[in-house]
Amino acid sequence: MNELIDKLKGEIIEQLNLEDIEPEDIDAADPLFGDGLGLDSIDALELIVLLEKEYGLKIDDPKKGKEIFHSINTLAEYIQKNQ
Amino acid sequence: MSERVFVTGIGTISAIGNDIESTFHSLLDSKSGVGPIRHLKTKHSNDFVAGEVNHSNEELRMMAGLSEDFICTRTALLGIIAAREAVKNAGLSNLDMETTGLISATTIGGMDKSEIHYHDYIQGDNLEYAKTHPCGDNTEKIAEALGITGFSTTISTACSSSANAIMFGARMIKSGQLDRVVVGGTDALSKFTLNGFNSLMILDKEPCKPFDENRKGLNLGEGAAYLVLESANAIDLTGKTPLCEVTGYANANDAFHQTASSPTGEGPFLSMKRALEKAGLSPGDISYINAHGTGTDNNDMTEGLAIQRLFGEYVPKFSSTKAFTGHTLGAAGAIEAIISILAIMNGFVPPSLNIKTPVSDHYIRPQKEALLNQVIEHVLSNSFGFGGNDSSLLFSKLRK
Amino acid sequence: MKTTNIYINGMACISPQESLDKSQFLEVAIEHTGNQLSCIEPKYKDFIPPMQARRMSRILKMCNVAAQISLKDAGVEKPDAIEIATGLGCMADSEKFLKSIIDNGEEMLTPTAFIQSTHNTIGGQLALALGVNNQNFTFSHNDLSFEHALLDSLMLIRENEARNVLLGGADEITENTHIIKEKLGLLKMNAGSNFDILTDETSGTIEGEGASFFVLSPDKANSCYGKLTDLSFGYKPTDMADLEKGIIKLLSKHNLKIEDLSLVISGYNGDQQNDEIFKTLGARLFKSTPQAYYKHLCGDYMTSSAFSLWLAARIMKEQKIPKIINLNEIGQGPINHIFIHNQASNNNHSFILLSKC
Repeated sequence: MNELIDKLKGEIIEQLNLEDIEPEDIDAADPLFGDGLGLDSIDALELIVLLEKEYGLKIDDPKKGKEIFHSINTLAEYIQKNQ
Repeated sequence: MSERVFVTGIGTISAIGNDIESTFHSLLDSKSGVGPIRHLKTKHSNDFVAGEVNHSNEELRMMAGLSEDFICTRTALLGIIAAREAVKNAGLSNLDMETTGLISATTIGGMDKSEIHYHDYIQGDNLEYAKTHPCGDNTEKIAEALGITGFSTTISTACSSSANAIMFGARMIKSGQLDRVVVGGTDALSKFTLNGFNSLMILDKEPCKPFDENRKGLNLGEGAAYLVLESANAIDLTGKTPLCEVTGYANANDAFHQTASSPTGEGPFLSMKRALEKAGLSPGDISYINAHGTGTDNNDMTEGLAIQRLFGEYVPKFSSTKAFTGHTLGAAGAIEAIISILAIMNGFVPPSLNIKTPVSDHYIRPQKEALLNQVIEHVLSNSFGFGGNDSSLLFSKLRK
Repeated sequence: MKTTNIYINGMACISPQESLDKSQFLEVAIEHTGNQLSCIEPKYKDFIPPMQARRMSRILKMCNVAAQISLKDAGVEKPDAIEIATGLGCMADSEKFLKSIIDNGEEMLTPTAFIQSTHNTIGGQLALALGVNNQNFTFSHNDLSFEHALLDSLMLIRENEARNVLLGGADEITENTHIIKEKLGLLKMNAGSNFDILTDETSGTIEGEGASFFVLSPDKANSCYGKLTDLSFGYKPTDMADLEKGIIKLLSKHNLKIEDLSLVISGYNGDQQNDEIFKTLGARLFKSTPQAYYKHLCGDYMTSSAFSLWLAARIMKEQKIPKIINLNEIGQGPINHIFIHNQASNNNHSFILLSKC
């Protein structure tokens, strides 16, 4: 699980061009959107493609992404459960 | 408003007709042009429906009366066909074209060729098409085909592009820069936009349902539409009877998000309000609103709220005609301007198709069936785009 | 159009020269070799927060910074309208999305490049950053894009629809567009120094890029650079006399004669055929007028006339003509009127008349 979390942090930083952020700056429990990392709806769409490309998981309804992408932890849990 | 601006000719081509006549009949008969993708070569032709103009490039070239050596894109071909009809409708001669301007809008310019030949260009092949990539080249091709040699320009502001072309044309006449100008826009269906909107996850795989509670997104379309605008001065010289008048317009910016509109619909509210102010009209004067109504969750919700905010208890009849044509992007503002003008000329309200359940958060209700024998004095036409670019145009029946 | 005086109250230019540095004015021009002149870019981190910058292509960053500096220069926090000109739009993002469609076979595409590829991304993002709810147009009409955005700015001010207008012209070089321009024969293939483009007798030009922003207003500020006296166009002149007649007529509208011009700035780009008309005018109508050129400094691109306006406005304010742009040795007195002439293939001419404020 920890390995997956670290991998996800790196992938998110790369995919979303979070240039000034290091993996250790991200708390896996913190919200990714809004007050936490400050991601927005365009990032959510980027994450949907990341899930499909890297983990073969397809989300058809962007609204469902909200719960899955709440934090790195929820994302990792979703991947583990569905892969 | 000092100088008056008149519409003296209209022309269009889209999925619902190759000209004004057939477009009007499709609207009357509630006949949508959204269907399978036949001409655009894309992997997704079976995944999505679209409002495609059902003619190959070769057929369009024939319709436009152009020879093989007139190198241009599908975007320009559609534009030439519609602009020719508008000029003919206005009764303009070849000589008139020398003193006529052209303001044309497009979002993708020559992308329909670039997406096929991009790697060829880099290798130095098919270079004749590389020159057609800039938006401006499409306008120059239309000007050349029409014999327009004076002022011509191109506006590219996403989905409000051609509404802004009409607005800029009206401003050119008002400020005395031009007496006569062809204004409108054109966009061909492309893999670029189809895949772009698909990546945004706002395409409906089925025919779109603007202002329905269970709407799933938009259908793309393609087409072109042009209006001939003339000053009072030009009208006096020829004694012709205009079709209607452009009485108001406004472009506002939502300044909220790159692609989504603000929850309160600030930009749409401002563009509609300012268009009314410019015309010196109040909300109660409006007979019909041709809404932007794309069928996306976000647009229809916020546009509806903005209409409620501006019109309060009295909301005029309104509909979105996107379920007929698909969203034609850079051409949409002009196509819908023409539908608004047809409403005025024929006392007609076009319907919003495919609505089963109206939006539960709205108290306003879109017009679901075509209406004839209506008194249509003033029509508001909305066009909103990426970058928060929101435009409203106001067309009015001629005052006697 | 109503006659209202319109002033350039602020401006900023990012170009292949040190044009952002207000402490110098082309005393030492930057020399580039080859057919590509890339911008000297500022440290974006000083201007744009990283969360905002992460999605921005170069053209968006250049425009953001140039817009910020020009507004500060004019002492305007929030303009009333935004007018943008770009010949090719956000080319890097357009190509990025196009390439990803082709490379990924239309599958699994991310939306960011598509969103940013729209021509009006520049104007939209500025409206977002500055909170401007008013008019926001983008003109994309080849070599006249900037002049048309300028025309709309003037109309908005004269028709009382706006007071402070933020006007910008920008284009960016991308690797593949550069190659395509080479294949099209538009660029010099063995270009040496950019300072030598007028003596290099080969065809084609050198490609440039840049972002030039201006704050226009009917109210003259202390920071004023110059007064925009006129903007007009000439289409397909029948011959040289016809073109000259147009220029004389334009000047006489403002009670000016050729002798009243302190400087003529022409759009020489190093391509023999393109430059022919400027040479002829220079030897006839403007033979006794100080003449200058500028595309050796910024390169040729569809909105490079925005650079020429920046150059003229800076000259007007400093009352000094940088040596590097001189075409002739005619001495100059006080600088009161500068005439800018651009044209493409002798079909579309544009004339801008800038006067002392």
